[in-house]
Amino acid sequence: MKITRKDFLRIAGGSMLAAGGGKFVKTISAAAQAPSAGPGSKSAAKGGGTTAQRWGMAIDFEKCRKGCDDCIRACRLAHNVPQIPDSAREVKWIWEEPYEKVFPSQRTDYGRQDLAGSRLPVLCNHCADPPCVRVCPTQATWKRDDGIVTMDYHRCIGCRYCMVACPYGSRSFNWFDPRPYIKPVNSQLPTRTKGVVEKCNFCEERLADGLLPACVEACQQKALVFGNLNDEGSAVRQALRARYAVQRQPELGTGPSVFYLV
Amino acid sequence: MRDRLLIFSGLLVFVAGAAFPMWQGIAAKTSTRGPDLKLPANQKACVAPRSYMRAAHMQLLIGWRESAVREHRLRYTAYDGKSYKVSLTNTCLGQCHGSKEGFCDRCHSYVALSPPYCWDCHQDSSSGPATMASATAAGRTP
Repeated sequence: MKITRKDFLRIAGGSMLAAGGGKFVKTISAAAQAPSAGPGSKSAAKGGGTTAQRWGMAIDFEKCRKGCDDCIRACRLAHNVPQIPDSAREVKWIWEEPYEKVFPSQRTDYGRQDLAGSRLPVLCNHCADPPCVRVCPTQATWKRDDGIVTMDYHRCIGCRYCMVACPYGSRSFNWFDPRPYIKPVNSQLPTRTKGVVEKCNFCEERLADGLLPACVEACQQKALVFGNLNDEGSAVRQALRARYAVQRQPELGTGPSVFYLV
Repeated sequence: MRDRLLIFSGLLVFVAGAAFPMWQGIAAKTSTRGPDLKLPANQKACVAPRSYMRAAHMQLLIGWRESAVREHRLRYTAYDGKSYKVSLTNTCLGQCHGSKEGFCDRCHSYVALSPPYCWDCHQDSSSGPATMASATAAGRTP
């Protein structure tokens, strides 16, 4: 069999294209399948947290007692959250807001009178699609596989993009050294320093030990229900099945993991 | 040999000048002794051999930081198979070295290093957990 020069070039070129094309397709498909997530995701799967988890909370309007701040005080103690009197500089993990501010779009002319003016505990919603994570330029904040939006204070440069991005005001900046405002100090856990942003972490260190978050544990009314939103038998899913629940500004598409039982 | 005086006084000035660092050291009352560290009383071994810790404790601490904060691995298995909780305050200080002042600071100041900013956030004493009772007491006082 005689091959002309033209045939030889044709066959050689064609086989090179085929080999290269196969590799290209393989790389593309591998890239598409790989999980596109920050450093947190790989780890949590490795380090004990199951991927089938999404921690969430339900806050019961009916049970939450007026004037009670057990959850807030427990949080301050658990995480060395400073109490700064200046409201422009204060640091908030879980705090109180008037109903109208928690649900600004739910205002009705003749709504339930007992809700108007009442104050509700609010905290980080640990969104399914957290805007704060998307804007962080240093990946100092990320969403773990168990749904917790957490912070690496070592990496935070204090740019405050996340504070601008968060529609719930759940992030606070340390304008000065918070230590003088922390009383009493929990010596087991670190404080924060001047120039970093901080936020609620759903008590990830307590969850790792199999404990409930400090605020949930401190609530004597059992108004805070915590659990795995992906587990149909969990306490939080049972509460959500039994009652009408609302999220804060769900129209923004952030997918909050904190629900309010009306 | 008429220049004897000149030569010897010149030599003396040279020796005194060359030995200046020694004179200065004696005058400033420095010594060649190392830093006076307060060594752990009840622990013999660290999470890594002493030579490694001397040279590379900062790398180890950065590794601990990354694994605990970002990868959520809260246990560290040492070279001798012992398992430790990854915690600067509770393991390094609480279990072993006691206080930063007696150990970290003395060596760092000996080599004229500014203390690392670990301690802006991490606490240098682990005197036991604060309790809800004390929080309540503090919260209620005006």
